[in-house]
Amino acid sequence: MSERGDLLVVRDLVAGYGAAPVLHAVDLTVPAGTIAAVVGANGAGKTTLLRTISGVLRPQAGRIELAGEDLRGVPVERLVHRGMAHVPEGRGVIGELSVDENLRLGGLWRRDRADAARALDEVYQLFEPLARRRRHLGHQLSGGERQMLALGRALVGRPRLLLLDEPSLGLAPRVVARTMALLRQLRDGTGLTVLLVEQNVRSALSVADQGVVMSLGRVVTTAPATALRDDVDLRHAYLGF
Amino acid sequence: MDRFVFLTLDGLSRGAVYAAFALALVLIWRAARVVNFAQGAMAVAAAYVAYSVASATGSYWLGFVVALATGLLLGAIVDRAVMRYVDHTSPLNPVIVALGLVLLIQAVLGMIYGSEFRPAEAPFSRGAFTVGGLAVLSPYDLFVFGAVAVVVCALAWIFARTAVGLRMRAAAFAPEVSRLLGVNVGGMLTLGWALASGVGALAAMLVIPTELGLHPHAMDLVFVSAFTAAVVGGLDSPPGAVVGGLVVGLLLSYVSGYAGSDLTPLAVLVLLLAVLLVRPGGLFAPVAARRV
Repeated sequence: MSERGDLLVVRDLVAGYGAAPVLHAVDLTVPAGTIAAVVGANGAGKTTLLRTISGVLRPQAGRIELAGEDLRGVPVERLVHRGMAHVPEGRGVIGELSVDENLRLGGLWRRDRADAARALDEVYQLFEPLARRRRHLGHQLSGGERQMLALGRALVGRPRLLLLDEPSLGLAPRVVARTMALLRQLRDGTGLTVLLVEQNVRSALSVADQGVVMSLGRVVTTAPATALRDDVDLRHAYLGF
Repeated sequence: MDRFVFLTLDGLSRGAVYAAFALALVLIWRAARVVNFAQGAMAVAAAYVAYSVASATGSYWLGFVVALATGLLLGAIVDRAVMRYVDHTSPLNPVIVALGLVLLIQAVLGMIYGSEFRPAEAPFSRGAFTVGGLAVLSPYDLFVFGAVAVVVCALAWIFARTAVGLRMRAAAFAPEVSRLLGVNVGGMLTLGWALASGVGALAAMLVIPTELGLHPHAMDLVFVSAFTAAVVGGLDSPPGAVVGGLVVGLLLSYVSGYAGSDLTPLAVLVLLLAVLLVRPGGLFAPVAARRV
């Protein structure tokens, strides 16, 4: 496939906890090198969507393809090998481990140890505050530093696709803006593809190329982010601003 | 004074074994959140295998190595074949299953080897050196200290410095996040069980020659002391397990030396109660809350 082809394709995805599905036939396409933002109210199924894509939840039906390869039956811990990184809800910083250990964990699966070490150095250059706090434990960090640690840990694995669950949660507007700017920088600089889910619709759509509006487990609209920002009716109906 | 020195050294020697056995309990607790009540029986099983190998070949050391290997293997089997299928939603479930394993292992050992005490050979003399007319440690005591020290240092190195140690800690603290980062969490759990059970087998090999000998119940009392040691140190803390083991060893030695050996089980119980009342998290529990 070409560089500009679709990196992630989700078709008719049904998933959930127990018998009642949370997602009802979700379709989603994320072209390589773009940022897609899934927005919608609490309970729309955004987190469930990410958890199903990364394999934490088994889909009940439907297909998930990464770069044209079906991900069915691939165990969660193998998805990093396919180029997927998932920063989960609450960021998943391991509080009992040091900053350095958290970051190294992101590259442990890689065969190419030299490049894993290079990637670690790059992350320390990208996030200066982390370099100063290498020996600190995860739970000693501030919210903004945890954000850096979670993102940095994902980047150490040099992913093609980054899944982000509510990166703005609990952060000051300034830190949110910096995070979004960083995502744009990564997209433009390294061709990283990002799928983020957000309740903070404004900042999500400010960075995204494509906006996906979800409501009650279904995709209501998929459109360029700029179009969604300007669609007053849609914003009132689903996004509440 | 002589008596005090002797009791102290003897207590430390026993305490080293408790430390190793408590460390094994802590390893499994950290990895799987299970107090492995079957650890004593598993360790005795490994010691019986060593006994068979040593009897057949005449080599203590071959038996010793086989005991450690059997311990590792038994731990992996218990995890993969039994504990993996236990519903962990209630903490009582794995405990009941572990107690069932104790009955099963002890019954099987009784059927194969009989219930009599079999003399267990010590690889070094148990006669104490005397320094200035004072009986101090025996060569065997030194072997016990050395073996436990090597294992403690090796485990500390594995967990703190190696990639697999980092994976094991991550898998224990945050299984789901670890899987997202490519860690084979199930494999790390099995490895944790294997390591712990190997350490338990080592402790059994070290302590059984100093007691009545090999018997399906040979580790029952050691388990009680080691469990107390692990709780004293805080079930989550490997250094705590080592210190707790030494404390329990000293306590038992002083109580049996000054007050009579009948009182030692009572002393263990009093210590356990005191720690649980005063500092339920154990002496090495982190003071500050760690979750945010």
